[in-house]
Amino acid sequence: MIDVRDLVVSYGTATALEHVSLTVGAGEMVALLGPNGAGKSTLADTLAGLLTPTSGTVTVGGRLALIPEGRRLFPDLSVADNLALGGWRSGLRDPSPVYDLLPRLAELSGRRAGVLSGGEQQMVAFGRALMSRPDTLVVDELSLGLAPNVTADLAGHLAELNRSQGLTVLLIEQNARLAFDLCRRAYVLESGRLVTEGECADLAGDPRVAGAYLGGAIT
Amino acid sequence: MSAFLTYLLNGLAVGSAIALVASGLVTIHRVTGVVNFAQGTFAVIAGLCTSSLLGLGFPHGLSEVAAVLAAALAGLLTGLAAIGRPGTTPLSSLIVTLGVGVLAYAVEIVLWGDQPRSAPGLAGSVTLAGARVQTQHLLVIGVAAATFALLALFFGRTYLGKALTACASDPYAARVVGIDTRRMGLLAFALGGLLGGVAGVLVTPLRPISFDTDVTLIVNGFAAAVFGALTRPVITLAGALLLGVAETMAAGYGYGSHQLEVALGLMLVVMIVQASRRPAISQERA
Repeated sequence: MIDVRDLVVSYGTATALEHVSLTVGAGEMVALLGPNGAGKSTLADTLAGLLTPTSGTVTVGGRLALIPEGRRLFPDLSVADNLALGGWRSGLRDPSPVYDLLPRLAELSGRRAGVLSGGEQQMVAFGRALMSRPDTLVVDELSLGLAPNVTADLAGHLAELNRSQGLTVLLIEQNARLAFDLCRRAYVLESGRLVTEGECADLAGDPRVAGAYLGGAIT
Repeated sequence: MSAFLTYLLNGLAVGSAIALVASGLVTIHRVTGVVNFAQGTFAVIAGLCTSSLLGLGFPHGLSEVAAVLAAALAGLLTGLAAIGRPGTTPLSSLIVTLGVGVLAYAVEIVLWGDQPRSAPGLAGSVTLAGARVQTQHLLVIGVAAATFALLALFFGRTYLGKALTACASDPYAARVVGIDTRRMGLLAFALGGLLGGVAGVLVTPLRPISFDTDVTLIVNGFAAAVFGALTRPVITLAGALLLGVAETMAAGYGYGSHQLEVALGLMLVVMIVQASRRPAISQERA
């Protein structure tokens, strides 16, 4: 569960988020759309406790894990070591549960993370986040730089975890089609402010959203 | 030929001690991004502590271990001063470590005076392939080799060592998985203090230590660490051994008063070469 109320986050004199309020209910999967520089990653970092709000409140129920934009693996460490470090908070050291879910990672366990393909790295980042046994997962740009089939594969795992284990997910995306496929509700963030929110089906029909994020096509 | 071999082995011993100081610098810089100018101070503290403890009648072994732990504590306290406050930039921390080094002068003079002190080490010498080598020199090489092997095991095989490597690799990602990078930085400072301390207890029987010996130690250690771009332990070790041999050869063949200049010259050359290669290095790291 995520509950953000009237959140303001500033870097010195520059305000990155201005009075943002959003909620993600327990077991819900919600999208946050926005262009580059909108403040999406600032929000993700604040939710993960990496940034301190200037004002407002952030409430997170249970343990939250973040898959950061650009994967941010430890390139000189092996896949197994990356996963093990993902269990720093939970105390989980054995990556077997993650291997059961993502068998490809077992095959890659001894490889250095830095030499893997983008899709494999995103899979490691996904597995690393799961090692913390999260109740809530914030995924910052799942599809960034990935082939559509790789994105679809990871999105399938995400949806399955949401469905079967009740994992709460905030999906931060620029790929609105992916977000609308996976989520029922979405928020749109621009220049640090939430400009609209609602059911994905309604937002897809909103000309402003369709023009900005769906290539102008109203679906 | 035997003189050359003697200088070579003695140089390797000097280089091993430099490597320990330099590896402390590298450990701290990798994890925190801070260039620790108080690194030589840790060796001085350990050397002076060893001298005092042995003088008070404490046995060998216990005295040296206690001195190394005192240096590790000094490292931790330096870390608290340098990075204890969240948001301190590496440049500000560098200035703080410089201040800690100067403050340490005053504390050391109050506690031990300003005269050099020494401590007894392993007595005697051995002859290897016709070269006469002090046993203490062999001890320095052996302990340094064992320390580097333990460090490799610590960073390569233990969870805590890998967490430190993670902090060095990507502090943001380390924080994402929940690692407290500030605590890891303090651990790195303590480890740096410990490594400096090991160097101090090994060197004190070979050359008297006083409050300002840290200048020689830090110049040599920094020269070796710069050789390894302040991030690469193995190249740092190679640089330290090269420096130790070069200095000892210079002293052995009649230029004993110019040992420090050898270190400074080498450091200057390496920094100029690295500066000219900076774009390539940046691309490699990215």
